[in-house]
Amino acid sequence: MIEVRSVSKWYGEKRAVSNLSFHIQKGEIVGLLGLNGAGKSTILKTLGTLTQPSEGEAFIAGYSVRSQAKDVRKRIGYLPDTPPLYEEMSVFSYLTFVAKLKGVPSKRGRAAAMEAMGKTRLESVRDKKLGELSHGFKQRTNIAQALVHNPEVLILDEPINGLDPIQIVEMRDLILSLRGDHTVMLSSHILSEITKTCDRILVIDQGQLVAEGTERELRGKADDQFIVELSVQLDTEERFAMLERKLCALSAVEQVGRAGEIFTLRAAHDVRPEIARIVVGEGFSLLALGRKEAELETLFLKLVSGERQ
Amino acid sequence: MKQVLTIALRELSSYFSTWLGYGVIFAALLLDGILFNAFALGDAPKFSSDVLRDYFYFSSGIGMVAAMLLAMRLIAEEKQSKSLVLLLSSPISDRQIIWGKFFAALALFTLMNLLSLYLPALIFIEGKVSVAQIAVGYLGLTLLGAAVLSISLFASALAPSQLLAGVTAAAITVVFLLLWMLAVRTDSPFKEVLGYVSIHNERFRPFTQGILHSRDVIYYLSTILFFTEWATRALEERRLKG
Repeated sequence: MIEVRSVSKWYGEKRAVSNLSFHIQKGEIVGLLGLNGAGKSTILKTLGTLTQPSEGEAFIAGYSVRSQAKDVRKRIGYLPDTPPLYEEMSVFSYLTFVAKLKGVPSKRGRAAAMEAMGKTRLESVRDKKLGELSHGFKQRTNIAQALVHNPEVLILDEPINGLDPIQIVEMRDLILSLRGDHTVMLSSHILSEITKTCDRILVIDQGQLVAEGTERELRGKADDQFIVELSVQLDTEERFAMLERKLCALSAVEQVGRAGEIFTLRAAHDVRPEIARIVVGEGFSLLALGRKEAELETLFLKLVSGERQ
Repeated sequence: MKQVLTIALRELSSYFSTWLGYGVIFAALLLDGILFNAFALGDAPKFSSDVLRDYFYFSSGIGMVAAMLLAMRLIAEEKQSKSLVLLLSSPISDRQIIWGKFFAALALFTLMNLLSLYLPALIFIEGKVSVAQIAVGYLGLTLLGAAVLSISLFASALAPSQLLAGVTAAAITVVFLLLWMLAVRTDSPFKEVLGYVSIHNERFRPFTQGILHSRDVIYYLSTILFFTEWATRALEERRLKG
């Protein structure tokens, strides 16, 4: 549904996107993850035909963003990071206007606006002026304008930007409800959020694709160390010291930390079977033994810094 | 055409949802009325056709300023409020955006002219003028206003803010206004070229006297086409650069 082939974009001397290629299947929700200034918005603007690539080509539903921009625009709903609202208009009149603008037949315009309001739960502010709305409602109206003509592809630039926690959950549910009917590409610099909504993640740094895959696949690429957490039943301090020495003696173990009856081990590979044998062999009661996954943000930084090195 | 109309209607309604539409019309009508009484009618006896001619002449200046005020915001305001993205990501061409905006401003400008019709109508109380002179005079006002609208629309597409758009529009319009002064001080062929390009003076005066030359109409229409086309290109350039 979305195909980007060797796209580069220059702003004067500065290269914002560098030889970027990826492919998104119909019905997928794909997240574009990167730090501020990584080139996410430039990629989305290119797909939204708001800017043209300096090199390369991108296609949406088989139409070129360069030479068939109007055909592309018929098939996309674009949500910019700042809601493009006319503050003097009411929510309903704005959405009816957008429907007409996006080519929805006049007879269907009002119905399309109503449907978009229904999907984004805007009925309660239907006749309110856009300038009087809270940020959350403005962002919902922004989503509604992108949805009003029922496009095949939705391009959402930082859809949770500036929302409060409740609004974030609502926005997440809304995006998830679009799965299957629409192909969605969204950008964010918040990894934990993107993993909750997206089937696949593209990690962008300095305009380049540094990693691609599901959350699990990305963890596999970045998480090259095993952190194991062990919890045993309370015992004497001498016996705990003895257990710590035995764990340190394991060849793969690089570091052992202890807080009360909880041990944290850093190892080169999975040492859980050896740890289980030691604990049981020394007569401790094993309460828990598991792999502790690195923080998502740590993984992201690892992916980005690894690529830079 | 449907999309052009959609843009034009929204833009027209936005003029009346703020003070701008009412304010510009009110100020223009007030100044028209003052100038009509103070200068066009004046104290000395005059032929009715001369009163009408002078009225159109003074009114053209007010019309040009009003046109600048109406059009300088058309694109620049959308750039500032970031709402231009909506139009640029919709399945419409940049040319349709420009013409939609232009027609909205032209409709308001025409309404402003229509509301001033009572002034020349006052001449009928104690004098006599031909309806044709009134019609041709208003056609001239509308064409001149539309040309300044297109210049200001181009400035609006070019400039990042309304203020800069206003300054740019004023600068271009003043240059086009004063070209006739350069024309009288230069030799052929510059004299003819500069005289032809000049937007007011010899170009507009025939309209005030009820004289309709096709060359003047063609000049104004081509000026409108020229600047709306450049406004379109300014938008396209913006899209190209991102």
